[in-house]
Amino acid sequence: MRRQVLLGAAGVGALALLWEGYKLVAPDDGVVVGELTVLPRTNDIAMPHLWDMAARAFEPVNSATDALPLWVAVLVAAAFTLGVAAVGWVVGVVVGLGTATLMQRFRTAESALLPWVVLSQTVPLIALAPLVRRWGSQLEVGTFDWQDWMSVAVIASYLAFFPVSIGALRGLSSPDAVHLDLMRSYGVGWWRTYRSLRLPAAVPHLIPALRLAAANAVIGTVVAEVSIGLRGGIGRMIVEFGASASADPAKQWSPIFGAVLVGLVAAGVCALIARGLARYRVSEVS
Amino acid sequence: MNSSAPTRATATSAGTAGTPAGTAPDPHAAAAVEVRGVTRRFSSRSGEVVALSDVDLTVRAGEFVSLIGPSGCGKSTLLRLIADLDEPTAGELSVFGRPPRVARQNHDFGIAFQQAGLLPWRSVRTNVELPLQLHGTGRGARRARATELLEMVGLADFAEHLPHQLSGGMQQRVAIARALAERPSLLLMDEPFGALDEMTREHVQTELLRLRAETGAAVVFVTHSIPEAVYLSDRVVVMSARPGQVREVVPVGLGEARDRSDDVREDDAFFDRVRAVREALHGADGTTPRGVDRR
Repeated sequence: MRRQVLLGAAGVGALALLWEGYKLVAPDDGVVVGELTVLPRTNDIAMPHLWDMAARAFEPVNSATDALPLWVAVLVAAAFTLGVAAVGWVVGVVVGLGTATLMQRFRTAESALLPWVVLSQTVPLIALAPLVRRWGSQLEVGTFDWQDWMSVAVIASYLAFFPVSIGALRGLSSPDAVHLDLMRSYGVGWWRTYRSLRLPAAVPHLIPALRLAAANAVIGTVVAEVSIGLRGGIGRMIVEFGASASADPAKQWSPIFGAVLVGLVAAGVCALIARGLARYRVSEVS
Repeated sequence: MNSSAPTRATATSAGTAGTPAGTAPDPHAAAAVEVRGVTRRFSSRSGEVVALSDVDLTVRAGEFVSLIGPSGCGKSTLLRLIADLDEPTAGELSVFGRPPRVARQNHDFGIAFQQAGLLPWRSVRTNVELPLQLHGTGRGARRARATELLEMVGLADFAEHLPHQLSGGMQQRVAIARALAERPSLLLMDEPFGALDEMTREHVQTELLRLRAETGAAVVFVTHSIPEAVYLSDRVVVMSARPGQVREVVPVGLGEARDRSDDVREDDAFFDRVRAVREALHGADGTTPRGVDRR
């Protein structure tokens, strides 16, 4: 455990050293071969010093009198993005598991659905975002009002469900013949076999799928925030601060680190889930 | 050779048939297993394979019958047909006078395979409880029964272990305990000791005899090992391959299961029966008519 923490810290330290080391050694305009820039510029606009980024994080967001410190604003935005991504992840996992279950249960469903599942991931996200938003805004169910953040969550779930459905399908089909024979000899139906055998047996295949889904949900949320134009999240903040990069180059790095933080928290939650399911991950016996 | 054996065997079978066979469900004391003219053909791309051809077999309540024969003689197929894990191409089977499907749904038999087949995420105890849990037995009764069974197979101290923490022989004993969980009057076993080393194997065999004497269940036991078949069985059904047929039924009868111990293995009668089975298996006299069921 301690070793892991040390190694992690060493990795971050190495990255920081690389950044500052390159900035120190390379010329301001980058390494140019002929007309071609092969290594990036190192001036303060392109590559601000790490300590400048840190210092900027503790200054107010803007010149308004009641402005929050930048790092607080970034944390608030990161929490918002994380929340939307979490909703997208949960929806994606449920839909993915449902699809996989359907495909496992009915062979025809597998041949009918699987190509579409794969095809669905080839649709570019940016094409999808405005569509989802428009469809959502046309939705009227009683007092229920479709919000923009829901469109973002839908897009995140769209990216998250794919690895789950593929991983779960493999996992649900993974029980040994001897276990299936045993269940049959007990005369129990599909549902109990599913609950007592297929679902637990699927866990080793599900864990990596859940991780991938979490990463996809975070990326989907950040990108969809931008293409839908949802305010309050980290994606929109990166674009906004990037626009003023030439005047305040260190500022845009804070939301970028915020996005990294969202990813880390998502990965951490997945690690916790994996730990909770550790019992189902012991290797097959005899 | 058939003519020399049977008096003792008949007496034994009659004796075991009279013992209380657990919760024998049928008032007419139907045979545990009846197989009549059963044929099973598998068609594959490379042609048709006849796994079983016109097989007849009767296993009485409380009787221990081994199926032995070369690979591909259909002995496992026959067991799967009895367990309703497969269906015959022709012929009829019944388990306690009922079709195998009904027997399976009534939980009339317990089953054990060559692989212990324990669910790796369940503790030893909950593995034994599995059939009870699936059939809706309450928590308390389940727990009590599992404790009782684990004591019976000598694994009470390992109840909370996970299967991968146990040796192969111990896992197989857990699998047997699981097969006995619902007090079946019939136990179907497909080479359950095939993967065990010789020493563990002899130990578990003796244990199986004791359990069988305690429960009075009939057993159909598929094996590759002649000494194993002779040591355990009341009758040994010798099968031949391609097509799978019953070549001969050798009565063994080395005494009541409860009295049989490891000493039997060094008995002259034991060696005599082993020789009889071996000759039947290798067809010492090629003229032996098949399907001689000497009851």
